[in-house]
Amino acid sequence: MAAYILRRLMQAVIVMLAVGFIAFGMFNFVGDPVTNFIGQDATPEDHERMRAALGLDQPFYVQYARFAANAAQGEFGTSYRLGMKVSAVLAERLPATLELVFAAAAISILVGVPLGVYTGIHRYGLLSRAFLTFSLVGISLPTFLIGILLILVFSVILGWLPSFGRGQVVPVGWWSTGYLTQSGLRSLILPAITLGLFQTTLIMRLVRAEMLEVLRTDYIKFARARGLTERAINFGHALKNTMVPVITIMGLQIGGLIAFAIITETVFQWPGMGLLFLQAIQYADVPVMSCYLILVAMMFVLINLAVDLLYYAVDPRLRADRGAVRGRQV
Amino acid sequence: MRRFSIALGVCALALVTMPAGVDAKTFRYSTSGDVIGMDPHINNEGPTNTMKGNIYEGLVHRTPDLKVHPSLATEWSNPEPTIWRFKLRQGVKFHDGTPFNADDVVFSFKRVTHEQSEMNTYVATVAEVKKIDDFTVDFVTKGPDPILHQNLTLFYIMSKSWTEKNNSVNPVRGATSEIYANRHTNGTGPFKLVERVPDTRTVLEPNKDWWGKPTHNLTRAEFKPITNNATRVAALLSGEIDMMYPVPLQDVPRLNQTQGVKVMEGPELRTIFLGFDQERDELVASSVKGKNPFKDVRVRRAFYQAVDIDQIKRVVMRNAATPTGLMIAPGIVGFDPELNKRYPFDPEAAKKLLAEAGYPQGFEVQLDCPNDRYVNDEAICLAVVPMLARIGVKVNLNAQTKGKHFDKIGLKEKRNTAFYMLGWTPGTYDGHNALYNLMVLKDKGSGAWNSGAYSNTKVEELTAKMASETNQEKRLAMLKDAFRIHKEDFGHLPLHPQALAWGVRSEPPASTTPTRPKRRVGVGH
Repeated sequence: MAAYILRRLMQAVIVMLAVGFIAFGMFNFVGDPVTNFIGQDATPEDHERMRAALGLDQPFYVQYARFAANAAQGEFGTSYRLGMKVSAVLAERLPATLELVFAAAAISILVGVPLGVYTGIHRYGLLSRAFLTFSLVGISLPTFLIGILLILVFSVILGWLPSFGRGQVVPVGWWSTGYLTQSGLRSLILPAITLGLFQTTLIMRLVRAEMLEVLRTDYIKFARARGLTERAINFGHALKNTMVPVITIMGLQIGGLIAFAIITETVFQWPGMGLLFLQAIQYADVPVMSCYLILVAMMFVLINLAVDLLYYAVDPRLRADRGAVRGRQV
Repeated sequence: MRRFSIALGVCALALVTMPAGVDAKTFRYSTSGDVIGMDPHINNEGPTNTMKGNIYEGLVHRTPDLKVHPSLATEWSNPEPTIWRFKLRQGVKFHDGTPFNADDVVFSFKRVTHEQSEMNTYVATVAEVKKIDDFTVDFVTKGPDPILHQNLTLFYIMSKSWTEKNNSVNPVRGATSEIYANRHTNGTGPFKLVERVPDTRTVLEPNKDWWGKPTHNLTRAEFKPITNNATRVAALLSGEIDMMYPVPLQDVPRLNQTQGVKVMEGPELRTIFLGFDQERDELVASSVKGKNPFKDVRVRRAFYQAVDIDQIKRVVMRNAATPTGLMIAPGIVGFDPELNKRYPFDPEAAKKLLAEAGYPQGFEVQLDCPNDRYVNDEAICLAVVPMLARIGVKVNLNAQTKGKHFDKIGLKEKRNTAFYMLGWTPGTYDGHNALYNLMVLKDKGSGAWNSGAYSNTKVEELTAKMASETNQEKRLAMLKDAFRIHKEDFGHLPLHPQALAWGVRSEPPASTTPTRPKRRVGVGH
């Protein structure tokens, strides 16, 4: 087991090095950061001086080697745009993104699962069809459009919710949370719905399909024959058995949520990592871009690792198989 | 003190003129990007400089009418060609309570000329700053500099003792640590920095001990950047912010029809133009081999007259632009309405000119264009393509992100362009800056953005001469002469000064024109 985890972690390091390398190479195509941030009146000497000061006059492989060596020690340099340490900037933005992603995931489960169950049980109900139609909207409309529509309705026309920002945040250790203030929670609603809508509809359709499948099985028929209540059958027996694939998908989608957050964060000016990344691209802020991509790669690697380990823990057959394979090798 | 009361951002004026009885209040405003750091001597970026100008002050400042007025200096003179003497204001205190005197000016000069500062360009002509007494300083220039005071508006004064105490004596960027002055400030200006959360909000409160007389009734100003155009418009409509810019051109009519919201428009100081390579013997990426058609003034003129500027104004810019014949905008020293008249749009004449120059069938050329720098930059270039096609010139458009674009047409890739778009705001508000950077190619350092290598010895002589001409009238005549020669040369193809569109809530004062320098919002001056 330990060897398995170690091997996976080794792979993770290689993946991150590769991502760092590709990211770093790619950023040679966003233009010269110095041209971007130095004033128009700067002389060519100013440009050279600035390039030298930032180490940008070195060849690509030297820059990458220096970057990788520093990154290995947790040192990602200073953002060109903000003048702050990249690690500090990301640490500041991470809570915003994670809180948004968490809220979106919560919405998608709390709304998606009941709707999926309902539409699974009442297959031909009018309401079910309405939900299914609505779910098509969630799947087909692009995120930024949903965000803008929500802003139009709830901020501009009704004036109920703020259209941008994160409201007031409260520091809890190094974490800053918007969950504890009224303005923070109000600000969270629209972006969380925007980000979570796609996942909501995905979960709803998944649960529905699984429910339809399970409700046809023999043990449900037996449960009915035993005279169990509908409630017990639907939730105690049917739903429980649909949850395994839902949990798997949800776990994998967390990574997707973090990635999709870029668009949602831009629409709502949510001060998370996605917004930071987009602004870094516009400014050719290479240290921030590289660090962000490496961080996201790390998250994906970790999530996948966790999912793998969960399988290992949940599914006894996996362990048995592995044992059998090993046995044969010996 | 009357002088200072006009020294106020239009945005603040909008609030001042609100009906009496409204309590002093918070002013919330937004632009498309955050300011980049509060250290007054590191970044040189328009909106950032303006934000810093609410907190820090220079010896002089510029009012919305672009005139120079006293700030930390009360008077100045130019007793010798290379010496400018400034009398400093007495009794001024920094926000931390330490008094301001000549030592701070001498120190700030040292700091701003540090090798990592980008603001050194504003004091580039100064060799030394000498303290005469506690409230008198001499700026010794390397040569005569008749417009030194115009440049000093952005030379912000820091407190010597505060920077020493906070380990911020040298403006350092790109190192492994963040400088204290990046998120903390200590100026003498009308506002104090209360809170700064990058990309989220920057909060200012009035400095009650400010030497000047505030003409606003603000108790607090919050700057909240909103990147997304649609969200920014929505925030204004929903009343979450009081003012914002830029207003996307397509939203201007809609905002004007909305109750309680108004759009204020005016020309910006940045002039957008196209340029031609007049240096190479063979153009890059063109069908013409062995010669350079742009060396022929007739070809340049043909391009000029083939561009239907009114159509660009109407269709691409939705009337938010004023076509120009000059390389500088109204408000810049040297601007002349007479010279600003364009040569007529005339595709027939253009065709004839091309034929005379030996290209009756036209030719093929690549146009380099940014797509995220100026208002509708790529759209303008796209509109130019069919206009030139009408006279037989096939234009291949190469539109790319600003970083790549400026690398390509700039010195980094040795002006690797045949035909390009660029915009320029003279940072000194003086035509000489445009001439020096865009239209000459003489001594080292000049023509940094003369990407087509336009060169006319007469223009170059005039540019060099006016740099040391202390007689303002003679100097102005030289400026106009230089621009006239350039115009007759068709050295560039000027298009328009960009329009500035601000969205504000509540009624804007009818008597005020929104001519803040560049695209900036200042709540102080």
